[in-house]
Amino acid sequence: MSTVIVNDVRRGFYLDSVALMRFSRTISGLDGVEEAALMMGTPANREIMSDAGLLDDAGRAAEGGDLIIGIRAENKSSAERALAESKALLDQPTARDAEGVAWHPRTLRAALKQEPDASLALISVPGDFAIAEARKAIRRGLHAMIFSDNVDVQEEASLKQEARDLGLLVMGPDCGTAIVNGTPLAFANRVSRGGVGIVGASGTGTQEVSCLISQYGGGISHAIGVGGRDLAPEVGAISTLMAIDALDDDPATEHIVLVSKPPESDVAMSVLSRIGKSTKPVTICFIGAGEMQMPANAAQVFTLKDAARSALALGTDAVENAGAATIEVPKGRGRVSGLFSGGTLCAEAQVIFAAAGEDVTSNAPVPGVPKTDKGSEGHILLDLGADEYTRGKPHPMIDPSVRDEAMIEALKEKSVGVILADIVIGFGAHDDPAGHFAKLLQENATDICPAIVASVTGTEEDPQVRSSQIAKLEAVGVHVAPTNADAARWALSTMRARG
Amino acid sequence: MSETKIKSLLEKPVKVVNVGLEGFSRELEQQGVRVVQVDWVPPAGGDPKLADLLSKLGT
Repeated sequence: MSTVIVNDVRRGFYLDSVALMRFSRTISGLDGVEEAALMMGTPANREIMSDAGLLDDAGRAAEGGDLIIGIRAENKSSAERALAESKALLDQPTARDAEGVAWHPRTLRAALKQEPDASLALISVPGDFAIAEARKAIRRGLHAMIFSDNVDVQEEASLKQEARDLGLLVMGPDCGTAIVNGTPLAFANRVSRGGVGIVGASGTGTQEVSCLISQYGGGISHAIGVGGRDLAPEVGAISTLMAIDALDDDPATEHIVLVSKPPESDVAMSVLSRIGKSTKPVTICFIGAGEMQMPANAAQVFTLKDAARSALALGTDAVENAGAATIEVPKGRGRVSGLFSGGTLCAEAQVIFAAAGEDVTSNAPVPGVPKTDKGSEGHILLDLGADEYTRGKPHPMIDPSVRDEAMIEALKEKSVGVILADIVIGFGAHDDPAGHFAKLLQENATDICPAIVASVTGTEEDPQVRSSQIAKLEAVGVHVAPTNADAARWALSTMRARG
Repeated sequence: MSETKIKSLLEKPVKVVNVGLEGFSRELEQQGVRVVQVDWVPPAGGDPKLADLLSKLGT
């Protein structure tokens, strides 16, 4: 039996990536279909489809403005049926058509005629086009938040330099989270207002810190995202330095928190030197970094939880360990399998495991932690939002089923004693990630299963409501820790207690 | 100048032009934020290099 690949190319037909991923999933699930994707024909997408064995000559010849349907099926009739179904999905009226929603401008220029006072462009187009759209925005006087990723770092640097010369802030690319003057943008939570200003080069890091500050009774003035590579040497922390200037000057901000991966030393020097000139206290969490020399007004912390506590002068972490006493682990199982949707939550767990002297690896390792390979025998903490899991697929925070396969595997794996997971809620995220997680556990539970330890990043005011998400997890036996850091510690102490 | 523009971003109600995922517009609207959704299609016939060039020329 030989597989059949069919492509159909629609010239000049655009749908956004979320809609297309939903369609791709539907078609992939049809009988006889091995793999399917509906994608815009940008060079990056064509490469993904080619690697997945989904392109024929028609697809390969498509251009960025064309939509490609790519199907690989067990036989010709399955392929043809899937193709017909794909075309039907594309031809169905959109929700907007059905609602008769008003006309939308087709360009940024036209949008500004409609809303001349707009202050910010939120850009989430395919990465190949994101810089061009951001450039149009800054040249029309708008600040830009670029959610898109897969953007060249040199282009990022050049855009940020131009924006800085214009006095405008560029948040991103790959900026998932910001809260500007109380407004959560993209993946953010409804947190209390208050005196802590966050500068975040990490989306989930900013979410966890802002939610914990809110949970501890404090509040956020602004959370300015800068994008994961702003502190890379090529970019030189342009947006981070502008954000620190802005928060330093902002009367509503009393304390500044900086969350980022560890920068290289030249960039770290310039950021720390700028922080030293601030009149405000600053908390710095370079997640995974060793101890560094700090300016007099700055405190270095090593976990997101401590960043939140330090910002509110609550002192260093008191381990909330009570829950761990009740966790039972099947005999003879010594490994923790961490399955994270948030990259920085995975990094924080690694920091805690490494500090405890545990044998831990990760696909997205922090400094000092080895990269997971086939021979890795210790604890494995996976960032399921990393490129290798999300290439051409939605992020697990949007579509929690991205974690399903790894969960099912970990549930069956006889060496795994504890599965450690994060549930991230808020705007932009899936509407019921805990419900999905709980259902998966129920469907795949066996008599002897690993213990499940998790935390929920979010607030009571978020659309999903944190306590309701926690209740759904606890109802199926998940041990829910108050923070991601505590979840990591619960997992560790459970393994140690039994060992 | 730069301080004034960023200060203004932080101090006034944010008004957004959303270029891309419509879900972001819907969530902002639900929060009462002024937002204009751009019905975006890839510019320059979907050629990223040409689109980049056009953005530099101010079109």
